[in-house]
Amino acid sequence: MTKPLSEKVLNLKPSGIRKFFDIVSEMKDAISLGVGEPDFDTPWHIRDEGIYALERGRTFYTSNAGLKDLRQEISNYISRTQGVNYSPDSEILVTVGGSEAIDIGLRAIINEGDEVIIPQPSYVSYEPCAILANAKPVIINLKEENEFRLKPEELLSAITEKTKVLILPYPNNPTGAIMEKEDLESIAEIIREKDLYVMSDEIYAALTYKDRHTSIASLDRMKERTILINGFSKAYAMTGWRLGYACAPKEIISQMTKIHQYAIMCAPTTSQYAAVEALKNGDDDVELMRKAYNQRRRFLMNAFKEMKLDCFEPYGAFYVFPSIKEFGMTSEEFATKFLMEEKVAVVPGTAFGACGEGFLRISYAYSIDNLKVAMERLNRFITNLRKVKQ
Amino acid sequence: MREELLAILEKNSRIDFKELAVLLGVSEEKVLEEITALEKDGIICGYHTLINWEKTSIEKVNALIEVKVTPQRGQGFDRIAERIYNYPEVRAVYLISGGYDLLVTLEEKTLKEIANFVSDKLSTLDSVLSTATHFILKKYKDHGTIINQNRNDEREVITP
Ligand SMILES: Cc1ncc(COP(=O)(O)O)c(C=O)c1O
Repeated sequence: MTKPLSEKVLNLKPSGIRKFFDIVSEMKDAISLGVGEPDFDTPWHIRDEGIYALERGRTFYTSNAGLKDLRQEISNYISRTQGVNYSPDSEILVTVGGSEAIDIGLRAIINEGDEVIIPQPSYVSYEPCAILANAKPVIINLKEENEFRLKPEELLSAITEKTKVLILPYPNNPTGAIMEKEDLESIAEIIREKDLYVMSDEIYAALTYKDRHTSIASLDRMKERTILINGFSKAYAMTGWRLGYACAPKEIISQMTKIHQYAIMCAPTTSQYAAVEALKNGDDDVELMRKAYNQRRRFLMNAFKEMKLDCFEPYGAFYVFPSIKEFGMTSEEFATKFLMEEKVAVVPGTAFGACGEGFLRISYAYSIDNLKVAMERLNRFITNLRKVKQ
Repeated sequence: MREELLAILEKNSRIDFKELAVLLGVSEEKVLEEITALEKDGIICGYHTLINWEKTSIEKVNALIEVKVTPQRGQGFDRIAERIYNYPEVRAVYLISGGYDLLVTLEEKTLKEIANFVSDKLSTLDSVLSTATHFILKKYKDHGTIINQNRNDEREVITP
């Protein structure tokens, strides 16, 4: 073939994670702290519902927006956790993971040249999805001194005439940062004043370790301009089921549904039946997993304290984001050397944006036993680095 | 904190105070104090080890015995339960709702010993009306732990 492929796609950077993945995959006995998905199995009663749906022959397409029962359960869930009411008939769309919701949400609201504000470090798909939707990504470099929360000044200085939407990625992957109600209030004020949309990616909402997560959609006059994205991957350990959802005003959901209808048709049917069970009877499972994550989080923070490794205390998701600036290496150099010498894989902070330089993402979706071995190795590794430096 | 502490200990009773303190986000003194209280109040009744005897060369036979009894005046089932649980080979005695009254679990070295226990000791007790003995052929899961489960982490090593 001689005809050129899409320039826009050709110009997309390959994911920073990919490169590292290839090195790690080559190594036989490496311990990985590099995954962004739970180590728990999907709770059995949820899997059982999936199996039951298959046994009953529920193997057809569902309606484009998703099973009515599931949309009803999602509506109940958001109402009981956030006190926000979304109509199951017109304000909820079931998607193929939060991933699809991010993609089509942006496509539904962007006109060519609109600007999308993306605070980083953050999940890898916002920027490419914005580009593919013909938007111009505008990056905010979040700061460790603010615990990687988005500050109103930072938002204000990123806004221009062309700004259309702010992506609000909290609880955050990769930093573990959260935004509490007061933080959100000051952001919401600007959003309302400048008449912007917010795409709030709350896929980790169930996994916070301070107060319960607050959605920006629950603040005064914010529901009307927010696309709330959530899903089953993280909270219910259901990554492979590929199921998420978007809640938004019906004007937006109806446009998203059009894209979804033509590009996807509907989310996987088996997964949707399982998800109904997750929302109906899964609270206790989530709580059990949340407690286990919290123990691991405390374990890692304590390990860092003992080895005097600088790390702000994160209160969300299942990541910690320690700083390695004292060692005078780039994140990638550090991660590569650590992998080669100690056979532990962590992800360089730069995989989540340039301002992740000087940091590592360490996932605690691993058992304490695993984390113990990894922390012993990290301690040995940095002790050696410090010796060499002296 | 108490519930979470108990949940951890129930899975791993060998964990030390220092680690418990870290996992729970409290001081070691607080952990010590709490565990002492739990032991004193008889909430923590023992620290046991789950052993898969099948993997050793040591023979063990386990049985579950359903026992129907006549409760005794003034003492209900307690007196007869006591007479049964005092035998060291009896591992557990539960009062059960339904078709029979007591469920007794027994561990011996041979089938014969179990048979002897049932015929000589258990059935001869005055208030025992009948027994039904079930031998355990294989343990799949015990005390919440799946026996013989060694699963590999099948996740991709690095994901966003
Ligand atoms: C912040 C964030 N958003 C969205 C996703 C997408 O998840 P899914 O498509 O499995 O729902 C992820 C997955 O890693 C994530 O970390």
